[in-house]
Amino acid sequence: MAKKEPIKNTEDFVEEKEYSILNLGPTHPATHGIFQNVLKMDGEIIHEATPTVGYIHRAFEKLAERRPYAQITTLTDRLNYCSSPINNMGWHMTVEKLIGAKLPKRVEYMRVIVMELSRIADHLICNSVIGVDTGAMTGFLYIFQWREKIYDIFESICGARLTTNMGRIGGFEREWPQKTWDLIDSFLKNYPKGLQEFANLLERNKIFMDRTINCGPISAEMALSYSFTGPNLRAAGVDYDVRVATPYSSYEDFNFTVPIGTSGDTYDRFMVRQEEMYQSMEIIKQAIKNMPKEGGFHADVPDFYLPPKQEVYNNMEALIYHFKIVMGETDVPKGEIYHSVEGGNGELGFYLQSDGGRTPFRLHFRRPCFIYYQAYPEMIKGSMLSDAIITMSSMNVIAGELDA
Amino acid sequence: MSQDLLNKLTESINQNISGAIEKAELPYDFATITIHKEHIHEVLEFLKNDKNWNFHFLTDLTGFQTADEKQLGVVYHLHNMMTNIRVRIKTHFDINKPEIPTATNLWPGANWMERETFDFYGIKFKGHPNLKRILNVDEMDIFPLRKEYPLEDQQREDKDNKMFGR
Repeated sequence: MAKKEPIKNTEDFVEEKEYSILNLGPTHPATHGIFQNVLKMDGEIIHEATPTVGYIHRAFEKLAERRPYAQITTLTDRLNYCSSPINNMGWHMTVEKLIGAKLPKRVEYMRVIVMELSRIADHLICNSVIGVDTGAMTGFLYIFQWREKIYDIFESICGARLTTNMGRIGGFEREWPQKTWDLIDSFLKNYPKGLQEFANLLERNKIFMDRTINCGPISAEMALSYSFTGPNLRAAGVDYDVRVATPYSSYEDFNFTVPIGTSGDTYDRFMVRQEEMYQSMEIIKQAIKNMPKEGGFHADVPDFYLPPKQEVYNNMEALIYHFKIVMGETDVPKGEIYHSVEGGNGELGFYLQSDGGRTPFRLHFRRPCFIYYQAYPEMIKGSMLSDAIITMSSMNVIAGELDA
Repeated sequence: MSQDLLNKLTESINQNISGAIEKAELPYDFATITIHKEHIHEVLEFLKNDKNWNFHFLTDLTGFQTADEKQLGVVYHLHNMMTNIRVRIKTHFDINKPEIPTATNLWPGANWMERETFDFYGIKFKGHPNLKRILNVDEMDIFPLRKEYPLEDQQREDKDNKMFGR
């Protein structure tokens, strides 16, 4: 047996610090969408993260340059598909601003109801998914039936559930049936109970609080410099809400509070969304209570709003309008518009350059997800992998909106 | 924004950076100021750091192509949340030399927005820390949102914009 040499030089045995590279995604069950993060890990601590986006990029901005205005609504459906009606309404409002349409109060109130319902649906998914990612499946399973109920309401309005293509430029496609109002009433009556049940599971749950407080925090200064908007900015303590700052669709008529957080961590984002759901219900109640009886369901914009079928068959003028709208031959004024609405994730903006042709000359969607997701590497630097997962789910990054 | 306010804004830009403004308009009540390309960074810096105006929030940054298709441009939407004033800053330059200073040193959030603009229009933002494609594949060798790349099959000759609309 060979004699073991005594160790002379200890430096030979000091290993160099090595990081391991971990691919989180593109299809990872916890990322809730197709995006990849290449993580440089020191054990379980994240040292560096490089996000790769664009896996479901569908060139909406290019497509929009060849589509008549009415046909772009279907593209907006697929941005933030958890709250498509907000995108639809935002787009209609942008075009209405361009053509200078004046809408009846009643249509605006109906839009408010739809937008707030979809905000509830959006926040509800995000919050229940935070629960799933922290290991609490129960809340998710119970609260999801309420999203189905909201989708039932959408279905009764426009026939579709997820990618709604709801409404037209100038209003809604038809009068809401009585069933819609009944469904909204029963939703408003029963949902607080369901939400309370969900809140009881998580809001003051010691395990959940320990897990989410101080996880992925962001300061107000940093959030502003990264152009955060929506619940994520409000969780950091900035009370910016497009509905209040630049009211659209008669939001100035409603009385509601804008909840804000303090530290911008996962728990604050969760709580801001929770409170916003209650506020949305308040807004819907006010809208139903103050809903004007008169006004119909659409504005008088014959250039953009399809005439009723019986007139198309019997009336020359209606037939011409019908043909022009369907073929997309309606010219619009020249102009440059920026219109923004408070989407589920923040300021959803539409920047539109029109040269008077049948399609937009340039259309840009300001997608809140895309803009705030770039702060993600900085937010998770130095945290554990499992914290990075719930930071992402609490930011509510929706792949459709991220990649457009 | 009212016309008075726009006049005040252009005046204070002119006082600090002379000759920067090409034109100032108010389409649909939204202040739009076109800036000469050489002064764009100075103007953005002034608007951000000036105590009175304090446009601290970069709402949006994107590119566009001018109607004659010979020039590219960049448009910035700035916002002062305290006074709730928004302004749109535009600049444009020759399509063959699309270069402009980056705004990432003013707003870190401009990073991805500039990458997106580069990706689709090929506008080079000088001083950008990581200027590469973001939504399209790295191997792509065209800038798809430029008007010279039609959406439909480029081999087709039977369809033209004059007959079938854009």
